[in-house]
Amino acid sequence: MTDIEPDETVDARGAACPGPLMDLIGAIRSADSGEVVRLLSDNEQSLSDVPEWAEEAGNELRAVEELDDHHEFYVEKA
Amino acid sequence: MTEHVVIVGGGTGGSVLANDLADRLEPELDAGDVRITLINDDADHVYKPVWLYVPFGQREPDDGRRPLEDLVDDRVDIRIDRVTEIDTDAERLESMEGDDTIEYDHLVLATGSTLVPEEIPGLADGGHDYYSESGAVDLRDELLSLTEGRLVLSVVGTPHMCPAAPLEFVFMVDDWLRERGLREDVEITYTYPIQRVHGNPHIAEWARPIMEERDIDVETFFNAESVDPEAETITSMEGTELDYDLLVTIPPHAGVDLIEEAGLGDDGWVDVDKHTLEAEAAENVYALGDTADTGVPNAGSVAHYQAGVVGQRLASEIRGRPATATYDGKTLCFIETGMDAASFVEFDYETPPAPAPPSEKLHWSKLAYNEAYWLTARGLL
Repeated sequence: MTDIEPDETVDARGAACPGPLMDLIGAIRSADSGEVVRLLSDNEQSLSDVPEWAEEAGNELRAVEELDDHHEFYVEKA
Repeated sequence: MTEHVVIVGGGTGGSVLANDLADRLEPELDAGDVRITLINDDADHVYKPVWLYVPFGQREPDDGRRPLEDLVDDRVDIRIDRVTEIDTDAERLESMEGDDTIEYDHLVLATGSTLVPEEIPGLADGGHDYYSESGAVDLRDELLSLTEGRLVLSVVGTPHMCPAAPLEFVFMVDDWLRERGLREDVEITYTYPIQRVHGNPHIAEWARPIMEERDIDVETFFNAESVDPEAETITSMEGTELDYDLLVTIPPHAGVDLIEEAGLGDDGWVDVDKHTLEAEAAENVYALGDTADTGVPNAGSVAHYQAGVVGQRLASEIRGRPATATYDGKTLCFIETGMDAASFVEFDYETPPAPAPPSEKLHWSKLAYNEAYWLTARGLL
């Protein structure tokens, strides 16, 4: 388990694609530089969407945790 | 005791539901066992799909307006008022007009979407839209004076009303400019927040080759961060800056504040069971259309089908029977692919869309449905 302390958590479990990524983008939009947003998603597409967007936007995907029924993505705003 | 059904919002979902219930509960209404109130903050019902055609001079905003009194069954009490507070524990509403508190036994929230361009600095001044009456009229004037340069269509926020409309607009403006002999002098750029051109991968896969064929430039992973109306540029969170001569955007959307204030969901969208449409945070509350956070498109067809489900469920509850009707995610959309051709998609929670080959017949079907819509609003179609 990661010991990263998120500044905000977005629970997008149950949301259809592209809901989780858009929820993450919305949270990053209002975050300050250096803050970490944790995204909870049970949509498999997030495993490719989130890293791809994070790289494109220059934000750092610091960790991806696999839990029983969902993934948690820790993204730090550049 | 008379059971009181209160519907907040007189758009597609609210109007169809009011008429559906008036028909379904006719014996109870006649006996005085049930009364239905539809609350809307405008005396008119507005059919928003008309706005797509306004910038091209094909329709006027008034074509999308009719008085609720003309559309809604006489047995429904129409109250022109704005709800200011929802108390789901006490089962009552406060409103702007009058001193009375509105008590309900069954509440349906169909308050729809609002535009919040102010979320993006510069957008309200620099951007144009066809998601409002005034926006569509202003855009018509701007389009008429565009003879060269770059038109940028930017989808800024999702979810937004009618997910197909951004694609429709660029396909239509491409065709419209070609017909007027201006297309070679006007570049068209389409931007979308994620890595494809539409939220639904099947629709994106269908649309992308058409955009390439029509020479419509695409910028994906473009989440607008700011607009500079003086410099005529739009900049994304991803660091891309685009120059524009005419900026058309799908502004960020939000639901109404009182939903979040009532603890029913974030950003004005009610958290619901996506099959029963019952609010998760309160008893005797349903939501439908854009207001219900189901993950399906914010579209009139969705509100229409959901109204039928909520109508059946409420009738069952009022008659003391278990409610069995459920919503399966059914969505229908016509998608204009030019000024005289359209495609069509139908899908639900389980079945993905497969866009039909564009044809003139489907285009005329769309225009015919836009006229027949007034029968839908009356609960007849």
